[in-house]
Amino acid sequence: MKPPLWQTIGFYTLVGLIVLQAVFPFYYAILTSLEDGQALFEVNYLPKALNLANYQAMLTEGVFGKQILNSVFVATVVVILSLFLAVTAAYALSRIRFRGRGLLLLTVLSVSMFPQIAVLSGLFEVIRYFGLFNSLWSLVFSYMIFTLPFTVWVLTTFMRNLPVEIEEAAIMDGASSFTIIRRVFLPLMWPAMVTTGLLAFIHAWNEFLFALTFLSTDSQRTVPVAIALISGRSEFEIPWGNIMAASVIVTLPLVALVLVFQRKIVSGLTAGAVKG
Amino acid sequence: MASVELINVSKSYGNVQVLRDINLSLEQGEFVVFVGPSGCGKSTLLRMIAGLEDITGGELRIDGAPMNDVMPARRGIAMVFQSYALYPHMTVYENMSFGLEQAKLSTPEIEARVQAAAKMLQIEELLGRKPRQLSGGQRQRVAIGRAITRDPRVFLFDEPLSNLDAALRVDTRLEIAALGQRLPDTTMIYVTHDQVEAMTLADRIVVLNGGNVEQVGTPMELYSEPASQFVAGFIGSPRMNFLSGAVAEAHGAVTYGIRPEHIALSSDAGDWAGKVTLTERLGSDTFVHAEVEGIGAVNVRIEGRADVSAGQAVFLTPDAASVHLFDAAGRPVAGRPDA
Amino acid sequence: MAETAKKSRLSRSRTRSAWLFLAPMLVTLAVVAAWPLGRTIWFSFTDASLDLMSDARWVGFRNYLEYVEWGDGEGQYYGLLADARWWRSVWNTILFAVVSVSFETLFGLVIALVLNQQFRGRGLVRAAVLIPWAIPTIVSAKMWAWMLHDQFGIINDMLQGLGLISQPIAWTASPDTAMVAVLMVDIWKTTPFMALLILAGLQMVPQDIYEAAKLDGVPAWRVFRKITLPLIMPAVLVAVVFRTLDALRVFDIVYVLTPNTDATRTMSVYARENLFDYDQFAYGSAASTLLFLVIALITITFIMATRMDLEGKRS
Repeated sequence: MKPPLWQTIGFYTLVGLIVLQAVFPFYYAILTSLEDGQALFEVNYLPKALNLANYQAMLTEGVFGKQILNSVFVATVVVILSLFLAVTAAYALSRIRFRGRGLLLLTVLSVSMFPQIAVLSGLFEVIRYFGLFNSLWSLVFSYMIFTLPFTVWVLTTFMRNLPVEIEEAAIMDGASSFTIIRRVFLPLMWPAMVTTGLLAFIHAWNEFLFALTFLSTDSQRTVPVAIALISGRSEFEIPWGNIMAASVIVTLPLVALVLVFQRKIVSGLTAGAVKG
Repeated sequence: MASVELINVSKSYGNVQVLRDINLSLEQGEFVVFVGPSGCGKSTLLRMIAGLEDITGGELRIDGAPMNDVMPARRGIAMVFQSYALYPHMTVYENMSFGLEQAKLSTPEIEARVQAAAKMLQIEELLGRKPRQLSGGQRQRVAIGRAITRDPRVFLFDEPLSNLDAALRVDTRLEIAALGQRLPDTTMIYVTHDQVEAMTLADRIVVLNGGNVEQVGTPMELYSEPASQFVAGFIGSPRMNFLSGAVAEAHGAVTYGIRPEHIALSSDAGDWAGKVTLTERLGSDTFVHAEVEGIGAVNVRIEGRADVSAGQAVFLTPDAASVHLFDAAGRPVAGRPDA
Repeated sequence: MAETAKKSRLSRSRTRSAWLFLAPMLVTLAVVAAWPLGRTIWFSFTDASLDLMSDARWVGFRNYLEYVEWGDGEGQYYGLLADARWWRSVWNTILFAVVSVSFETLFGLVIALVLNQQFRGRGLVRAAVLIPWAIPTIVSAKMWAWMLHDQFGIINDMLQGLGLISQPIAWTASPDTAMVAVLMVDIWKTTPFMALLILAGLQMVPQDIYEAAKLDGVPAWRVFRKITLPLIMPAVLVAVVFRTLDALRVFDIVYVLTPNTDATRTMSVYARENLFDYDQFAYGSAASTLLFLVIALITITFIMATRMDLEGKRS
């Protein structure tokens, strides 16, 4: 049974609209980033110029290069640390029966619901106390508040679904809990680790509020704050070309990651949210 | 000295008691099968011996030494799991050597043991493969091989055949029986819900029901002298006929039990007159289902072919020497009635 | 029972390693979440300022509400609960949450239904749909700020080209449209997330149900209303709750797209302004605390209402 023609046309129009709205803003940002000078102030729908001046300006003048490295450093360390802390915790939460396990999971989950602003003043004090203000470690440290509950939650769900008998076989083989994690579970958990690591990376890469608050000098900032703070001498001299070039630079790797790991990310997101 | 001894062993989860005062003594080299319906506690009992479950009460001894508080790997046991539980990311060799490595054996010693086990099970050419590249039967062998390398005093099997298809199940059953003979000093404990596996493999069978041991005995003891109506019904296929009413009361019992193979069928004369309702022909046997007046449905097993069909009038004669009588609690009534 | 349940060495050692394995995570969470939260709440009852945190003195509920008498029986209420700007930001937050989540759910549902169909190039479409989600919030805000530019923006150009407006609109600057602009960007950016969650729910609906409905000749619209919708409702509900909690703490988009305007200031923005821009640290902490209370209340209600299965007992 073939659907009537108008239905097919309607369906593909809808698909077209969905794709267009999703892709157009980023396309337009790329377009703008390749324009310079006066061309910027004419509305174009199709690429007219291919001028890399904006990119050159962003990458050679000022500290944007350093800021990208800051972001890479923070996001990478956050991913490694939270995975390390989460794997052992997830093993305990998913595989070992002990009193208070349910309550503990609930607590971890509720931390992920915390509004960042609610801990901001307290965290500010802690960071100053440890002398981490304006240090990248302040971000590594504070980002744990959202990456850790999430990774623990997803890895716990994943581990819970690994067969119990494999672990029991390892117990019979005389493996300690730590050996079980390292030699038996870790090799089986790569898919989940890649997914959660990727999501934690994206989250840390994009974070704004803490980065805005805990870092005070330009050379220490991460890219979201850097982009937000790019300004001209007056409201009428905002360097939109530079902003768009910077935006494209920080977004392209993410878009690439998301497209490559599409399936993994989707499964991670849904594991984190749907399995309530 | 008994190899495995259970003294008043019990198990409960919270307030739910799943095993009550189990007393068992297994000899070294014996092949013992725990059998019972699902939920009877047989797997829990095995896992308690393995050390994977806490023992709530009582004592477990292996070779005379108390084991309640000994780590599983130090009990001198090995276990073959229902799902094989092979480590999916390790090769067959690594699967078999992992436990030895944990026991800190020297590399040549590990190598020698793995090779010996592989040779015994004829899986030498599989040592480099990963479990996903193996067939079900091969996985099963690797799981057994992994257990053998540990050179255990006690070998535990948790329903190892239930994931295999019917044909392979028979082959593997034979192999496990052969393994039992090849390791004469190793005590084997085997859990299954399938009474055929129990009957064919066991030196002794432990029948469990609702957390209690119903009976312990050799397969033939269980078959011919069941200690309860439950055992009588559980052991033997097709199931024993249980009849109540006048025929039981006549013998001073509540239930009158007779196995289908202990009833003679004739078209002219016999003790009971009935009508055939259904016949099942297996070639080697024929199962005749008959409705006997005043008694009820009775199943008869005839060797070879039987020339009866549904609707036909038949006469049935139970073999008086093979009748089992039970009271209201399912306990055997003493004194076999003589005809 | 006569015997006391004695734990074996194995279970004791496992319980011990459980706590050992949990300790690093628990300590970390205590230091980054529990302790700071407690301090924030404490600050909200003090006169702490940015530079004099350690000298903070207890002042009771003054930051929340205080009646200052001027004499002659006259006086005035001060504090957060008497601050019109605070209530405006509460209203903005609620408006933002309700409108954005509603539209995201609606659009997310449409996109999920489309992606749930079999058609050529579905993988590409799904990848394209994910792009807005992958773009950092700040970048989206900047991209849209440029597209919504009053003089050079492409949106005004499009709308004028289509004859929908005659004058360019100052989307982000005008108080009338600022909230619309914020909502537009957020809906654009977050709809993919919603669509993915709903799609996951859709894909759990067994295919044979649809086939049965087809054999029974049930029309498509009724199939959707009577079969699909009830079956994906739990997934949608969870997604809505998650998104609502997220929307209530919105900060980045508002802060970057429409800075400093009463028309869009949300609770988070209000709190941060007081904390770090106006040197009203204690007052800002009080705002943070109230926002936390609101979100905690919703979370607890949700967990109670759905009796969330945390032990994974559900098969």
